[in-house]
Amino acid sequence: MTATATAAVIAPAAEAAPALRDTRPLRLITCGSVDDGKSTLIGRLLWDTKAVKEDQAAALNRDSGKQNDLGLPDFALLLDGLQAEREQGITIDVAYRYFATDKRSFIVADTPGHEQYTRNMATGASTADLAVLLVDARAGILEQTRRHATIATLMGIKQFVLAINKIDLINYDKARFDELALEFKEIALSLGVKQVTAIPVSALKGENVVYDGKASMPWYEGPTLVEVLELATVRSAQTVGFRLPVQRVSRPGESFRGYQGTVAGGAVKPGDSVVILPSGMVANVKQIVTFDLVRNAAVAGDAITLVLDRQVDVARGDMIATIDAQPQVGLAFDAQLVALQPGGIEPGKRYWLKSGSRRQRVTVQPSSLLDLKSGKWNRHDGALPMNAIGKVHLSFDEAAIFDAYELNRTTGAFILIDPDTNNTVAGGMIAGKRGDVGGLNNEAERVILSLPADLADKILASGILSERRDEVDIRRTNPGRAAELLGELDS
Amino acid sequence: MHISEFDAHTQDKQAKPPLDPHLKALENEAIHIFREVAAEFERPVMLYSIGKDSSVLLHLARKAFYPGRIPFPLLHVDTGWKFPEMIAFRDEMAKRFDLDLVVHTNPRGAKENISPFTHGSALHTDIMKTEALRQALDAGQYDAAFGGARRDEEASRAKERIYSFRTPDHKWDPRNQRPELWNVYNGMIRRGESVRAFPLSNWTEVDIWRYIQAENIPLPPLYYAAKRKFVERDGMLMWAEDKRFEALPGEQVQEDYIRFRTLGCWPLTGAIRSHATTLDDVIAELEIATVSERQGRAIDRDQAGSMEKKKREGYF
Repeated sequence: MTATATAAVIAPAAEAAPALRDTRPLRLITCGSVDDGKSTLIGRLLWDTKAVKEDQAAALNRDSGKQNDLGLPDFALLLDGLQAEREQGITIDVAYRYFATDKRSFIVADTPGHEQYTRNMATGASTADLAVLLVDARAGILEQTRRHATIATLMGIKQFVLAINKIDLINYDKARFDELALEFKEIALSLGVKQVTAIPVSALKGENVVYDGKASMPWYEGPTLVEVLELATVRSAQTVGFRLPVQRVSRPGESFRGYQGTVAGGAVKPGDSVVILPSGMVANVKQIVTFDLVRNAAVAGDAITLVLDRQVDVARGDMIATIDAQPQVGLAFDAQLVALQPGGIEPGKRYWLKSGSRRQRVTVQPSSLLDLKSGKWNRHDGALPMNAIGKVHLSFDEAAIFDAYELNRTTGAFILIDPDTNNTVAGGMIAGKRGDVGGLNNEAERVILSLPADLADKILASGILSERRDEVDIRRTNPGRAAELLGELDS
Repeated sequence: MHISEFDAHTQDKQAKPPLDPHLKALENEAIHIFREVAAEFERPVMLYSIGKDSSVLLHLARKAFYPGRIPFPLLHVDTGWKFPEMIAFRDEMAKRFDLDLVVHTNPRGAKENISPFTHGSALHTDIMKTEALRQALDAGQYDAAFGGARRDEEASRAKERIYSFRTPDHKWDPRNQRPELWNVYNGMIRRGESVRAFPLSNWTEVDIWRYIQAENIPLPPLYYAAKRKFVERDGMLMWAEDKRFEALPGEQVQEDYIRFRTLGCWPLTGAIRSHATTLDDVIAELEIATVSERQGRAIDRDQAGSMEKKKREGYF
């Protein structure tokens, strides 16, 4: 045996009453590169919240013999978990980190800054509620920062923290901080993100990460990074109604038939009327069964077993939804895709699409491609290469069931699987059901309106429109782009 | 349900307050993964190693399929060097919860008397754990295997997927993992390939203990302090009550209050001195602990990148 470490002695406990946390864990993504000090920032978060234990730090020092000026371990070694990464000094893949404060616990998706960043960022951002964008105070906002912000926004993140790192290296210059904060806020606003907090940080010295930096930066009165994270919101009740994608049917005996799944939106209680999609059959909720007790309500996020009041045909892949606000059911949808594999996404190829528990065949036709440099969408009907973000049309053989991603991040999300390799080749977000534009009813004349968003919302909520929702195509954009598009039609 | 010695350390089951939202979220996620794998794969199996993480995993599996039975067997890879209290606990749980329990020991290793003492921890782990696991998975033709690994345990685990793809010879290729977005898992495999599924990926050690406390989950008594015989060897407190234990020259068998933070083969699992005899004591100790739980595990320390290497070869 080769055991070498010293015997661990844990002192008997004084009194450490565990504080009951009243919030769910916050999932966040960190964007930035090694040069910006990302490893140091994450290492600092783990170190100052005591998520790294002494023996782990000792192992780091033993492996490298390296320490930085402050006598801290080399955090990059702690974070680069794979042998190839340590050997090559690069980060390959998304890694997940865990730390907690008295108030909340956190799950960090730590993504590499350079290599394959679009693919990895999309993966990390898919579950995140907040993005920490890291910049080097000396270098300022780079093209990379704008790209990261664009991808995070596309993936549905609505809260940003701009961590302006290495503030100590510019002598805690307030004017420079203000300038960068303003510059970034304008970028965020152009992406439609209003919740932005800029923080002057020295990850190396631990200023404004977990502990404040008042000694060096008396001029900064805002929160530390951890304080912002503690107060950030977790996307909870989605705006659409009750959704239960059925994972499996439970039939332990003749007398019991329950539908098991995780509530993907809204809430449900016994007595509620529900519809089973795609069949359209209707039933009432009889019981919500869980291991602990029969419950009188379930909300988004709960893993439940639902019992209905009548015999209906329900299978895995079906969706049980509220009758008043149903998801869209159809054979054609528009979506945005991130291509994740070297083979890209080929137009006309048949892929497997999986959303929730539903897996079905789909054909993909790209229509435009995002230029991450300018933020503009360019017309594009060829293949989408790896790391490309494109808009596509999806065509199904059998009815598909979705909400717009903007309305529900679960029922609006999907992955594509290549049937040749079984690999996951794309992540996608539903924009909406594709109407009959250019379809069967193409003899009818059509009208394009450009409306203020609030007026459009009122019209969308009206009965006249909802009855013929299938025939309407809707896109949201800014006034400039709308004018541009209408201008194209005139010319 | 009868009460046994395994319940003695938990509080009475009377007033159980609702789970705090943090644990509830983790529980919901784990149940979702259990159901998804059970629905997508033909022959799932759950690795059951008797420790605290396995105990939580078992509890979550019961919840996920309630009111039905757990729709897959549990597999215990027995190296022959587990603590006797672990085996007693395992059999008690199988009886109590009506589990399909499969126990496998590598016949080659048993025949050759592979021992961590004479053959070293690396070879022992390789033959009695990794090779044995591959044998058992092949024999059962399992296409999905649940494990209780957590991403916070070790650096290479931080990059592990929730559905972790394995080749027909059980290899893990960390550089070529399938991207995993949202909670949409890709369960498509060819015949012979398999997936390891990790419902506890996002749990930390503290979460595990808090959940055990909140849910009154029974545990092997080894987690609680008691007077036990041991020696100090290579800086590790080694349990010395097995008849195969032999003291080295100059070693003094001591008896004092000790307990274990993780459970495995007794010659490879270091104890800590502790007086924590209840769950509350254990959690209180944990909150002020300054070393990680795997610190007592000899196999992690054999070499840098040790866990990654074992995982690539098919270890959990």
